[in-house]
Amino acid sequence: MPETTSSPALDTFPRLLVNHARVRGDKPAMREKDLGIWQCWTWQDVADEVCAMACGLVEMGFRRGENVAIVGDNRPRMYMMMTAVQCLGGVPLPLYQDAVANEMLFVLVDAEVRFLFVEDQEQVDKVLELQEQLPQLKHLFYGDPRGMRHYTQPFIHDVRELLEMGRVHHRQHPDLLAAEIARGASLDVSVMLYTSGTTGRPKGVCLTHHAFISAARGGAEFDRLSADEDILSYLPMAWVGDHLFSFAQALLTGFTINCPESAETVMNDLREIGPTYYFAPPRVFENLLTQVMIRMQDASAIKQKMFHYFMGVARRSGAEILDGRPVSTADRLLYALGRFFVFAPLKNVLGMSRVRVAYTAGAAIGPDLFRFYRSIGINLKQLYGQTETCAYVCLQPDGQIKFDSVGKPAPGVEVKIADNGEILVRGPMLLKEYYKRPDATAEALNADGYFMTGDAGIFDGDGHLKIIDRAKDVGKLTNGAMFAPNYIENKLKFFPYIKEAVVFGDRREMVCAFINIDIGAVGNWAERRGLAYSGYTDLGAKPEVYGLIQESIEQINSELVGEGALADSQIHRFLILHKELDPDDDELTRTRKVRRGFVAEKYGVLIDALYGGKDSQFIETAVKFEDGRQGKVAADLVIRDLKTFAVAGRATA
Amino acid sequence: MSRQIGEVILDLQKVSLAFGGVKALTDISFDVREHEIRAIIGPNGAGKSSMLNVINGVYRPQEGEIILRGQHFSKMNPYKAAKAGISRTFQNIALFKGMNVIDNLMTGRNLKIRSNLLQQAFWWGPARREELAHRAKVEEVIDFLEIQHIRKTPVGRLPYGLQKRVDLGRALAMEPSILLLDEPMAGMNVEEKQDMCRFILDVNDQFGTTIVLIEHDMAVVMDISDRVVVLDYGKKIGDGDPDAVRANPEVISAYLGASH
Repeated sequence: MPETTSSPALDTFPRLLVNHARVRGDKPAMREKDLGIWQCWTWQDVADEVCAMACGLVEMGFRRGENVAIVGDNRPRMYMMMTAVQCLGGVPLPLYQDAVANEMLFVLVDAEVRFLFVEDQEQVDKVLELQEQLPQLKHLFYGDPRGMRHYTQPFIHDVRELLEMGRVHHRQHPDLLAAEIARGASLDVSVMLYTSGTTGRPKGVCLTHHAFISAARGGAEFDRLSADEDILSYLPMAWVGDHLFSFAQALLTGFTINCPESAETVMNDLREIGPTYYFAPPRVFENLLTQVMIRMQDASAIKQKMFHYFMGVARRSGAEILDGRPVSTADRLLYALGRFFVFAPLKNVLGMSRVRVAYTAGAAIGPDLFRFYRSIGINLKQLYGQTETCAYVCLQPDGQIKFDSVGKPAPGVEVKIADNGEILVRGPMLLKEYYKRPDATAEALNADGYFMTGDAGIFDGDGHLKIIDRAKDVGKLTNGAMFAPNYIENKLKFFPYIKEAVVFGDRREMVCAFINIDIGAVGNWAERRGLAYSGYTDLGAKPEVYGLIQESIEQINSELVGEGALADSQIHRFLILHKELDPDDDELTRTRKVRRGFVAEKYGVLIDALYGGKDSQFIETAVKFEDGRQGKVAADLVIRDLKTFAVAGRATA
Repeated sequence: MSRQIGEVILDLQKVSLAFGGVKALTDISFDVREHEIRAIIGPNGAGKSSMLNVINGVYRPQEGEIILRGQHFSKMNPYKAAKAGISRTFQNIALFKGMNVIDNLMTGRNLKIRSNLLQQAFWWGPARREELAHRAKVEEVIDFLEIQHIRKTPVGRLPYGLQKRVDLGRALAMEPSILLLDEPMAGMNVEEKQDMCRFILDVNDQFGTTIVLIEHDMAVVMDISDRVVVLDYGKKIGDGDPDAVRANPEVISAYLGASH
């Protein structure tokens, strides 16, 4: 394979597709479950449909270089549309499918979108809501005809119409598409991904074919990916990670992508497909582990004993065995037994029996969580990157996994640390520019062509990069000690009972925290104790639950005290929020990162109460429901003090 | 809505039903037109479920007759009703709790299965082809009701709202021309009710299925039905479109208990 993929002619995604159709035309390229049965598209099928789509777009008046928005769950035709647009020198622009209409508006206007391809009626309705503000909109295609019978607007089309039109067009102009593909250049923009925007308006990141193909090739060679891999494509198509794994790498190496039936069936589909290459953000791994732990607590005593015994063995030696480091013979034997009784069945339940390489990224992963998966024999690794770098900066090499680092700079990437601790990167995978934002482009790329990531990090002795926090988030306590909020929050979030945490401490004398409990895990815990509750707010206010969370945080305090510079970051006071932080209320980004500044402002009274020494505080908050209605949640929140530990060798204050 | 309400498909004439001395239904007549959503409402014990049971032949009325597509039935029975394309759901969910969702829906296809027991036991030849075709139909229903994620879950383990949906699924698996729904939204929360309303409207709209439903939630009834029959103590006290029924003083007094 490498000799064909690295040949100079295959430097755009459409050319890669044409090549796959020629080389492995009858091999599966995409699968999707329809009416309970996995349907397969071979590379030839994909090439034919992409051709029909592209020709259909030409027939509809598509102009070279324009942007086409794509909104929906992961569906084969959505991926095909990306390539179809690229064939014509256009730029696909995937959007988050759970964004509300107003969030979509900005992007659709900014990118001057005339053609939109959406999944179903739900998305069509969102677009129609915005119709008046989108005068430039020409054609809206949908993939799923369900419920669409009564939409008679002439600009709304079933994608099958487009395909039909394209097939006719292709018969009449058989050479047109090949000529269009030939006009493409590797330095053309191949995709535009809007950053979720932790701060300010979203920015369109323009990435070229060259950038994504370089990133995909680097990663594929690094992990020796072949055309035989199977992956499950279930993460939002608008996310750079999905674009790298399900689009760029699939088109580069020719492996198979599998689209789940619906968001609710992902676990089942995962088990049925048994991917060999798997990618998930930490919260997915976290949810899986929480589910396993909850189910184990309900298992019979014998099973529980067995599970805990062998997990002990795995903790001792599992990760070492995976890394090929020396382990005593006795432990090796025990681990083999454990594999038979616990680890293999567990991997099977998780759908990870065939996983050869699994990656996580997007946020830092708790070390214990990470260790858990590695110890049962899943080669879970971390990578580091952002939308602007095609999610390709650092990768953890097999056998050299450090739990607290994101690995070494990936092949072809230069990484350096600026004086203020910020990580700077350079390489072929960098963004071309921010769409229509030369100011932002100039801000992000320095004079030497380095991209400024905004993350603070350090290299350890072996050349592994360790991310501490966002460069701008790293602050100082009033006594001058370093305060890295994300680091502490991630520690907190590793407890199965804590879903989300926000800690405060910059320019303050001590660290305090907001906690969101995990309603699933804490609810189960409460049930087993016969504790009645009516909902999130009620459960979070129970003194028993406060006790539970208090224990967890105090355990973290005892850990922090041993971590040198971070000893002063022990949490002194906390409260459990009366509502879950939610992207619909703008408290989290769509990728579920806390918008710290916004939260601090919105809940200012609570912060004042934490630092003002109060025991409780009343708060009322407006919330948005999924259907767009508004409501209010009010509660009297209890604030608790926590035990902190004195640092050895320092006089207690 | 573009669906066309057609001719009278089901006509009940002077139906009376008594259990010993208790008169459950007295001299009730009303009709149902093709493709419409027809609601039966009334206070507790008004005879709504009895009415439904008369339509699909569980109860035999002492007097009156049922005219289905011009055919007179003085004695309807459940088998005939099912053969004639009438299917129903139940107030207190009558699913097979130990069987999974697919198997429960497959029971809805029972009447349409042609192969004999022996062929089915060996899953041989025509039986096999037939089952695959029926399974495909069931999968369409699963897709329609968006219950893919619970396909293989035993029904007993599902939450109540989903069980109701599976119950509807089994009735749909029969591909009925008339669907009788006995309190499809009882005991549901707001979101589940909204979902159920959506499904009922979609069934009516996409398959043109005529729907007769009993429901307590007045907001729902007034929202989705084309015409409403009101029963009280086994007698018909109102019949007409939702606005007319809402304005009917007898209906108001039956519901609010005020004297008129």
